[in-house]
Amino acid sequence: MNITYNLPAIGTQLVLGAGVILVLLADLLTGKKNRDVAYQTTLTVLVLAGIICVMKWGSAGAGFGGQVFGDGFASFFNLAFLAIAFLVVFNSPNYLKRNEIDHGEYYMLILIAVLGMTFMSSAGDLLIFFLGLETMSISLYVLAGFHKSRARSNESSLKYLLLGAFFTGFLLYGIALIYGQVGSTNLADITSYLAGSANPLGGYMGVGLALLLVGLLFKMAVVPFHFWSPDVYDGAPTPVTAFMSAAPKAAAFAAALRIFYDPAISLGLPWDKTLWIAAALTITLGNFAALAQSSIKRMLAYSSITHAGYLMIGLAAGNELGASGMLYYLFTYGFMNVGAFTIAWLVNRRGEGNYLLSDFAQLGSRNPVMALLMSIFMLSLTGIPPLAGFFGKLYVFSAGVKAGLIWLVVIAVLNSVVSVFYYLRVMVIMYMREEEGLKDLEKAPTVAITAILCGLVILLLGLFPGPLLDLARESVLSLL
Amino acid sequence: MHHETITTTHSALLWLIPAFPFLGMLINGLLGKKQSPGAAGILASGAMFLSFIVSAVVFFQLLGMHAEERSLTQTLYTWMHVGDFSANISFLIDPLSAVMILVVTGVGFLIHVYSIGYMKGDPGVVRYFTQLNLFAFFMLLLVMADNYLLMFVGWEGVGLCSYLLIGFWWDDMDKAIAGKKAFIVNRIGDFGFLLAMFLIFVAFGSLDFETVFARATGMPYGSGVVTAITLLLFLGACGKSAQLPLYVWLPDAMAGPTPVSALIHAATMVTAGVYMVARSNILYTLAPVSMAVVAGIGAATAIFAATIGLAQFDIKKVLAYSTVSQLGYMFLACGVGAFGAGIFHLMTHAFFKALLFMGSGSIIHAMHHYMEKTGSHDDPQDMRNMGGLRKHMPKTYWTFLLATLAIAGIPGFSGFFSKDEILWKAFSSGNIAVWVIGAIAAGLTAFYMFRLVYMTFFGEFKPAQSGEHPHESPSVMTVPLMILAVLSIIGGWVGIPHVLGGGNHIEHWFHPVFAGSEHISTLHQGHGIHSSGIEMTVMIVSVLIALAGIGIAYLFYIKKTDIPGKIVSAIGPLHKLVYNKYFVDEIYEAGVVTPIEKTSDFFLWRFFDVKIVDGMVNGAATVVDFIAGHLRKVQTGFVQNYALIMGAAVLVIVLVFVW
Amino acid sequence: MIISLNHYLVLSAFLFCIGVAGVLTRKNAIIIFASIELMLNAVNLSFIAFARHWGDAGGQIFVFFSLVVAAAEVAVGLAIIVVLFRHKETINIDDVNLMRW
Repeated sequence: MNITYNLPAIGTQLVLGAGVILVLLADLLTGKKNRDVAYQTTLTVLVLAGIICVMKWGSAGAGFGGQVFGDGFASFFNLAFLAIAFLVVFNSPNYLKRNEIDHGEYYMLILIAVLGMTFMSSAGDLLIFFLGLETMSISLYVLAGFHKSRARSNESSLKYLLLGAFFTGFLLYGIALIYGQVGSTNLADITSYLAGSANPLGGYMGVGLALLLVGLLFKMAVVPFHFWSPDVYDGAPTPVTAFMSAAPKAAAFAAALRIFYDPAISLGLPWDKTLWIAAALTITLGNFAALAQSSIKRMLAYSSITHAGYLMIGLAAGNELGASGMLYYLFTYGFMNVGAFTIAWLVNRRGEGNYLLSDFAQLGSRNPVMALLMSIFMLSLTGIPPLAGFFGKLYVFSAGVKAGLIWLVVIAVLNSVVSVFYYLRVMVIMYMREEEGLKDLEKAPTVAITAILCGLVILLLGLFPGPLLDLARESVLSLL
Repeated sequence: MHHETITTTHSALLWLIPAFPFLGMLINGLLGKKQSPGAAGILASGAMFLSFIVSAVVFFQLLGMHAEERSLTQTLYTWMHVGDFSANISFLIDPLSAVMILVVTGVGFLIHVYSIGYMKGDPGVVRYFTQLNLFAFFMLLLVMADNYLLMFVGWEGVGLCSYLLIGFWWDDMDKAIAGKKAFIVNRIGDFGFLLAMFLIFVAFGSLDFETVFARATGMPYGSGVVTAITLLLFLGACGKSAQLPLYVWLPDAMAGPTPVSALIHAATMVTAGVYMVARSNILYTLAPVSMAVVAGIGAATAIFAATIGLAQFDIKKVLAYSTVSQLGYMFLACGVGAFGAGIFHLMTHAFFKALLFMGSGSIIHAMHHYMEKTGSHDDPQDMRNMGGLRKHMPKTYWTFLLATLAIAGIPGFSGFFSKDEILWKAFSSGNIAVWVIGAIAAGLTAFYMFRLVYMTFFGEFKPAQSGEHPHESPSVMTVPLMILAVLSIIGGWVGIPHVLGGGNHIEHWFHPVFAGSEHISTLHQGHGIHSSGIEMTVMIVSVLIALAGIGIAYLFYIKKTDIPGKIVSAIGPLHKLVYNKYFVDEIYEAGVVTPIEKTSDFFLWRFFDVKIVDGMVNGAATVVDFIAGHLRKVQTGFVQNYALIMGAAVLVIVLVFVW
Repeated sequence: MIISLNHYLVLSAFLFCIGVAGVLTRKNAIIIFASIELMLNAVNLSFIAFARHWGDAGGQIFVFFSLVVAAAEVAVGLAIIVVLFRHKETINIDDVNLMRW
């Protein structure tokens, strides 16, 4: 057999992989004295990978005999991962130094996680998908527990690891059964098997697909597979939480679209009984639990569950509008979340584990710019136009209506109304609550720049959503 | 059909109209504490003035065109374009939105000027003008949008500004809560708007007014989709325009500064729902069920709010309920197919109600200073502490009286023509019941408004302390009052009906916008009654009812002031019910304090009580909190509990797939 | 008796279920971890059986990778458990619930 490697198809991954080694070496040589070299190298690697990604946008084609794809879809997600990682890494030193966990491995682990995600978005084979997923997950386990001396961080990583590995078992079993039925783990083979089969769920296939789906739902933190996420998000170092709530979720959705977004497949599967119910439960439970939180970090964790539920509507709709809506949604959602978490750790003054909402008191007068940006993030998460968060919802919900999921959309829109309560609470506290003895925020230029950047992106993508939506649509079309 | 034939002309001016207030907002907002309070007011007012000038230019440009061609558009850029769907940031000025921008910028300008005097000395003046300009910007977006999406941006924006301005005095917790209530109730309405938008998008493949309406005319009369869309849109309108059952936030919204009440909660934002219904007239006309709902809710709100207005003592509360009632009139008009009459009333109402609010603001301003001087702790808004102000505040008195005559529907004043047009359209379209309710509500309106005038301006000044009395407000406040007083008189002359020898210009002006609807309704319902004799009779009846209302008020509050007391004791329970606004706040208390023990009580109350919804809104919040508090307990923190539940879920999903 | 594909699959399923039961019932973090390893290895058995059935090397290659992944997970997992022991002086999983609700 003659396999064409087509290295450009994994250009981004090659840069990242080389970057991992480079950062490791750089930190080894200089790390004792300062971390800046590792930090700068990481940023450079991310930028380089981004440049490669944009240069080869959607033109690289399949590589390694259809094992990986360098199509527009992969490029779109890879750019999103790189952007989120860049923003998180950019302002991490501030946090790491403050908490005395300024180790070079941090940067390397982030790069490895991104490397895993890029393989998930470009996988043409379940093997590649599985390896990407595990590469990402294992480095996230470590990142969650990066704050070694804190019990909460340790608990976070232990819970994540145990449940994650548990579900790796299910996922792997699912892949094994699919392999048993089809005789191949290649996605194209699986698709043609399903399309050509009179009883697509017969044999081992039903159980196999169900377990594969479960593995993905776990990573998306969809109810009832969400239990790990509030605790893990809560205990992990905040920059890691910001990263985890945005990028891996996007990667899981990317993989789900790669595997299931094909009319030939999705028609034969019981989406109405699984995705429909899971979406409704996710949205509702995430919302209600978010209402009851007094910690901003946990509130955002539950809010992120809710948003996964909204995204599920796009997946359940299974149409082009839904898929391109999801891409837009995931891209913009990353910026909202990174922005919100970034401000949260700047504002937090009681140390890790006590991210109280009340820390935001009087932020409106203490630091009007940060308060304004936080308002933008909250309003965008609520889905108030003309911010980017609104268009994501508009598209995904419209796709739901188009696919006949009217009641699901009604539930989702009703929940959007409920979500105002807790997003608004942050604004009310910032502008209306008086509290004694609050100091001005410390100067943290990188954090401020990140927040401003996120705010601008959300505003601009809201005012000019056209180009990104077009790009999302082209990317989805490149899937087929 | 008719709609499609309208040709549009490009105009490069339109963007300037919202741009000026936006610029004003930007400058005041960025300067923040560096900006001087005086300059902030002048800048904000100047921005509104420039915006008004451009609006006037655009209006005359429109006037110079042929009736059927009166439509100006400007596309700034394509907002998004995905597949066959596209939405533009583009503006549409046709006879309908032209009237709206004139009202928003004109009345808005006067209120900005008035605010300079009213807000003098407040530490938050700059923030106030920033938000007021921002509001004007969003309101202009709302009325100028040429598609539902952009309209929704304005729709949400004005809601947000309203929320900020109601809670302007944040140190006062009640006021902050009132702001939040407004925002939340509005969100319930927005839920309807959003769903309607998704449905429109799916049903018509577009959100453009022109495309949607053109495609809608191809739908069958009374089609389910259109009915669903219009009912959902109306839910949005109910939230924004304070109709039953979502009106609860508007009386509470009076916690904001009075000019804000005048601008947002009387003249502009609350009328957005009416505008939206009128804008979607084709859709509504195609859905007779929705029309009946609109007319029914409008009529019910008109009379319901009027009865509450009868017994209030807080001067702003009377005006608030009056606004709710008048908005009901506008919806009543839309519901019987008289969209033009509804917008006509919207316009005249903007003049006289803004004037009434600003007049009351002038009174409160004066009372406040008086109270401060004498060290009294009485409520400066309670009419029982007023009286005899006619002598001390002549300018406020005269302008206020003119506005009252207008709202009471005295012939010659603006309110007469618009209200009469609505009542006649209700009558002539065969909705006699609606007409009866409307006429009674008109009588009640005349009564409570004159009650207000008599209690505040006539008789003796109640707290009269040696030599001290309230003083007239400064010119910066009274001049806008006078301008609005003139408008309250002549504003209706554009709509003098044919029976009175007028040309009813406003009806002809609106004709191109509503021609399509008229065509559809004649096709399906035939023509209404056309008889000058009947029209005259109907008119005289409504004038007589209004005069009766004034007469009774005169009798009660000037001639024999002991009558109200006697009546109160005679119909004690009923009066108590009305005075306490049907006890809604008490129900709310019961619902919040001990939600579980009192559940049965609560439900029992709700059946007897028309105003259940306030209880429901707040009760819902309580229930939500309750559920949320318990739901979070599922997250036990034990990793094996998680694994167990998740494992069980895996089994369920596997079973679903295998079956 | 001929050992057919189904024999392997049933054995694999059994082992998998034992692993799941171990995860759900044992309290010692290391034993829970070992149970997860059992699940993964049960799946590997299925892979090999299927690879044999199809006469395809793909399944066997998959097993190599999954072994590597499992090894990496163990390495990270044990490290985390060591840190846990330093904090709590126990590795009982029920003592790990600082974060809830």
